[in-house]
Amino acid sequence: MIEKEKAAQQTTNSSNQEVKDGYEQHFKVISPGRMVAKRFFRSKLSIAGLYMIVFVFLFSFVGPLIVDATWGYEELEVFKVERIADMVSTADFKGPDGKTYTYYDKSQTLVYFKAPPSAEHWLGTDTSGFDILTRLMYGGRISLTISFIVIFLETIIGVILGGLAGYFGKWVDQLIMRIVDIFACLPGLPVLLVLSATISSIESIPAEHRIYYMMAFLTLMGWTGVARIVRGQILMLREQEYMLAAETTGISPMHKIFRHLVPNTMPQLIVSATLGLGGVILYESTLSYLGLGVPFPRAAWGSMIALADPSKGQEILANYPNMWVPAGVLIVVTVLGFSFIGDGLRDAFDPRMKR
Amino acid sequence: MGLLDKWKNIKETEVEPGIDHTMYLTLKEERRISRENSRIIKQFEREKNRKNVPEEEYLTQMRDPNNVVEFDNLHTYFFTDVGTVKSVNGVTFDIPQGKVVGVVGESGCGKSVTSLSLMQLVQAPQGQIVAGSIRYQSRDGKCYEITKMPKDRMLKVRGKEIAMIFQEPMTSLNPVFKIGEQMDEVVLLHEEGATPKAARERSLEMLNLVGIADPQKVYNNYPHELSGGMRQRVMIAMALSCTPRLIIADEPTTALDVTIQAQILELLRDVKNKINGSIMLITHDLGVIAEMADYVVVMYAGRIIEKGTVREIFHNPKHPYTIGLMRSKPSGKTKDNRLYSIKGQVPNPINMPNHCYFYNRCDRAIGICAEEYPEMIQFTDTHSAACHLCRNGGFMDTNSTKEQR
Amino acid sequence: MENAYVNNNYNDDILIVRNLKKYYPLSKISIGKKRSYVKAVDDVSFSIKRGTTMGLVGESGCGKTTVGRTILRLHDVTDGQVIFDGMDLAKIPPRKLRKLRPQMQMIFQDPYSSLSPRLPIGEIIGEAVKEHNIVPKSEYRSYILKVMHDCGLQPHYYYRYPHEFSGGQRQRISIARAVALKPKFIICDEPLSALDVSIQAQIINLMKDLQEQYGYTYLFISHDLSVVEYLSDTIGVMYLGSMVEMGEKKQIFDNPMHPYTKALLSAVPVSDPDVKMNRIILKGDIPSPVNPPSGCKFRTRCPYATKVCAEVAPKLKEYESGHKVACHLYSQD
Ligand SMILES: Nc1ncnc2c1ncn2[C@@H]1O[C@H](COP(=O)(O)OP(=O)(O)OP(=O)(O)O)[C@@H](O)[C@H]1O
Ligand SMILES: Nc1ncnc2c1ncn2[C@@H]1O[C@H](COP(=O)(O)OP(=O)(O)OP(=O)(O)O)[C@@H](O)[C@H]1O
Ligand code: SF4
Ligand code: SF4
Ligand SMILES: [Mg+2]
Ligand SMILES: [Mg+2]
Repeated sequence: MIEKEKAAQQTTNSSNQEVKDGYEQHFKVISPGRMVAKRFFRSKLSIAGLYMIVFVFLFSFVGPLIVDATWGYEELEVFKVERIADMVSTADFKGPDGKTYTYYDKSQTLVYFKAPPSAEHWLGTDTSGFDILTRLMYGGRISLTISFIVIFLETIIGVILGGLAGYFGKWVDQLIMRIVDIFACLPGLPVLLVLSATISSIESIPAEHRIYYMMAFLTLMGWTGVARIVRGQILMLREQEYMLAAETTGISPMHKIFRHLVPNTMPQLIVSATLGLGGVILYESTLSYLGLGVPFPRAAWGSMIALADPSKGQEILANYPNMWVPAGVLIVVTVLGFSFIGDGLRDAFDPRMKR
Repeated sequence: MGLLDKWKNIKETEVEPGIDHTMYLTLKEERRISRENSRIIKQFEREKNRKNVPEEEYLTQMRDPNNVVEFDNLHTYFFTDVGTVKSVNGVTFDIPQGKVVGVVGESGCGKSVTSLSLMQLVQAPQGQIVAGSIRYQSRDGKCYEITKMPKDRMLKVRGKEIAMIFQEPMTSLNPVFKIGEQMDEVVLLHEEGATPKAARERSLEMLNLVGIADPQKVYNNYPHELSGGMRQRVMIAMALSCTPRLIIADEPTTALDVTIQAQILELLRDVKNKINGSIMLITHDLGVIAEMADYVVVMYAGRIIEKGTVREIFHNPKHPYTIGLMRSKPSGKTKDNRLYSIKGQVPNPINMPNHCYFYNRCDRAIGICAEEYPEMIQFTDTHSAACHLCRNGGFMDTNSTKEQR
Repeated sequence: MENAYVNNNYNDDILIVRNLKKYYPLSKISIGKKRSYVKAVDDVSFSIKRGTTMGLVGESGCGKTTVGRTILRLHDVTDGQVIFDGMDLAKIPPRKLRKLRPQMQMIFQDPYSSLSPRLPIGEIIGEAVKEHNIVPKSEYRSYILKVMHDCGLQPHYYYRYPHEFSGGQRQRISIARAVALKPKFIICDEPLSALDVSIQAQIINLMKDLQEQYGYTYLFISHDLSVVEYLSDTIGVMYLGSMVEMGEKKQIFDNPMHPYTKALLSAVPVSDPDVKMNRIILKGDIPSPVNPPSGCKFRTRCPYATKVCAEVAPKLKEYESGHKVACHLYSQD
């Protein structure tokens, strides 16, 4: 009854109003924010990705606080866990009968490091007696921070240069794209290795500062991809009719680039950024693994895996998986998580996406 | 009231900017809708995906053997995130053999969805035919119930016996294949024993028939290299290349100028006459309807509000909406005064009122209009309308409406 | 139409187009051949009086949109002159041109692709208003809302995105964007083709109201001749890049002279099932704009074509006051 009255009222109200909006009567819609969330959560993978990343972040940034509060130690606390380890040495010798005999010598020693998982040290301790779980947390802090900062810088540089190149075309495009070409045709890893090695060898740079240089290098190597994506998209979008429309209204080129064009490259940017995050973590790991990244007493996931370097002996690789497998798992989880989220976000932020 | 006066009358408070008056669904409502949708959709999809359906299940009898298609109380709903959109809500009409049936109505009233239902092309899974039947008399004399027909069987009918000219040419042409490849494929698929060479000839001939300037060139073009009008003509050529028994033309000439339009309409009529086929013609252009159609169906908000022969509809429209439509069209006579326009907009398709859907825009509404939905009232064998004003055989005085405004 | 504003400046042409040419180079150039062009607009001249509407009709693909876009300098002009409000647009440097842009606006053919998908409506309409300081900052928001209201858009659409709207509503957004800049001249490129009849009527009324109120000048491009007849004061008929006939509305509709105009007018469907029209059906090859026929471009389809038509291109000549036609049937000297 109330509805009918309302409708009747509306009709009378509208008689002098040319255009009346009938759509709005008893019409409920999903709020824009919720729509984004709905599109994001529609895909099971993006939910999984979200869980993974939330886990990794809590682990790296909240974990250390908890450890500190409950057990009261930090990253560089050395634990001497005494345990008795068997030491078996073998040797061959030739017996007087001409046969070869193997000689076993079994003795026992007291070791303090490389403790196996236990109630106090869930993942055990490493070769220096640091608690592995705690180190994983601090390592995560560094790895995640580096990758976020690098990606952020990369995207900004890439968007600005790619945007200018795509929009202005002609010599601007030529110039920027040739620079991009130069950077892109450098082989990434070798160059990074050389640069990192150079940095490490320069005495005047303190070891803690190396990480900043590394971030700068990673950014320098990475922005070209973003610039290419943005330029390509903009070249395509520039021909769209709404850009002609923007041209007719006479707004300034900067407005056109950064309000009309760049937002429309968002889907590609999000995907490339999330994939890039994973990539940077992997690069960082590689460098750390090769001893060129984060310097020793501080942990990074890559340097933790590096402990298992087979060139330094098979022992850790074979006998102490607790020292390197967790770091590997975390890297995989983070990289996968970011790319799942990237896919989800791309779909979620596309306002045209219905399903 | 002049525009300036109107401007002055709007006070800041009236158009308070920051406030969005839209009502948003609560999280609970949203969840309930999703849950219900997935339940219903699952049920329908299970029914649809059965294998090896025996033919008896979808064989049926036509009400009138002269009809090619009979829509009977068709309901096609879309189960969307914000609720159920009743796009087609009880539509009943026939397409007789050898005739042209024109369908007109407000944008969004369900014209395209009606035709897509007939083709079994409603966007699944959210779009489902929930009730009613569509009977189709095939070339071999059998009558099929389209709503129950299995998908693989439908493939044989679609394209070959029923051809559709889609509303948006760009979305129905594949951008990565050349026009020629796409056209040849249609011919090869539906015509038994067609050789690639014959198919090519047929395609070129069809392109020529729809008035394309340089068929050879267009044959080798990609869809994006053509102008809007050319794409539309390619679609038409494609649809007609298999001499279908029923042509569904969904706004076939919107992007064309009148001379090409005339040519296309002529072509449609030719194809139809040659094989005594039928046409379902959906368009906004009343001129095209007047010229082509034998019967006219006027739809509003998912229902038929008036149907009849073309003369009945044009000379003696009964429903206020139809009358409004007829008067909205500019013509030489209305020269200097303002055009008549039906004020307001269609009610929201999700929460349809239970009274006449046209009530909020109707300038002749009476008390009962706000209470119940009007029945279809029959005037002649062919002419009927759904309006309370037409009840008890009381014919509405159409002239008095014209005096208003 | 006869309001004070128009009368004051009746002899004043707001837009003069002289010998406008626009050729698009074909992308594929085969070696050894001369580079070929699509002659989208080939030597078109006309002028529009302040406060009036000129209708532009013609076959699809004959270059109507291109005329509109080259006038606004959205595309480079191959040759010719466009004089807007006494200024030669080709000679204005880009920066100045940008300042001038608000005065001439365009409503685009396709309401779907001409709105930025990621900007809210308020922003689409208001962006340039802000940039060009059309109204003082303090009045900005209320001004945009007024414009939206005028164009039949609800105030709370302000924060919504284009994809949430139907074709008709988008078209109104497009109109609001043009109108908000207080232009003198608007090019309407088939603003109604995507709309159904009742919304068409609303928009036609809106355009007429705006013209009466503010003395806008329109160049109205459309396929729908009944709308053109209703809105226009003068009409130009184009065929394959050239203007073939031009004149007052009455002259064109009551006394079409060019064979193409005759065919065009005879093809308009009439909303009456009992009126059977004797349509002039055009036969013959439809020429392509890359290789237009010699002489008169219409000769491949013209029922009256003679020998001279193939040899000499007819010039646009005034036949009676204001009524120009390019055809050898009428004396060409
Ligand atoms: N895939 C879909 N999902 C949800 N709703 C849909 C879908 N397709 C159509 N609809 C709804 O169904 C209704 C009828 O749409 P339909 O396309 O049949 O309109 P129409 O009469 O053809 O309009 P037009 O003249 O603009 O083509 C509309 O309200 C539309 O929003
Ligand atoms: N960017 C372009 N590059 C090359 N050719 C073009 C371009 N734009 C238009 N053309 C060609 O120019 C000619 C005129 O096109 P235009 O869009 O002006 O036609 P129109 O009269 O607006 O047609 P319609 O009524 O179909 O919109 C067409 O042959 C078209 O193929
Ligand atoms: S039933 Fe009433 S409201 Fe509906 S169209 Fe008829 S008169 Fe108008
Ligand atoms: S000039 Fe000749 S071919 Fe051209 S329109 Fe006139 S009569 Fe026809
Ligand atoms: Mg449709
Ligand atoms: Mg055009």
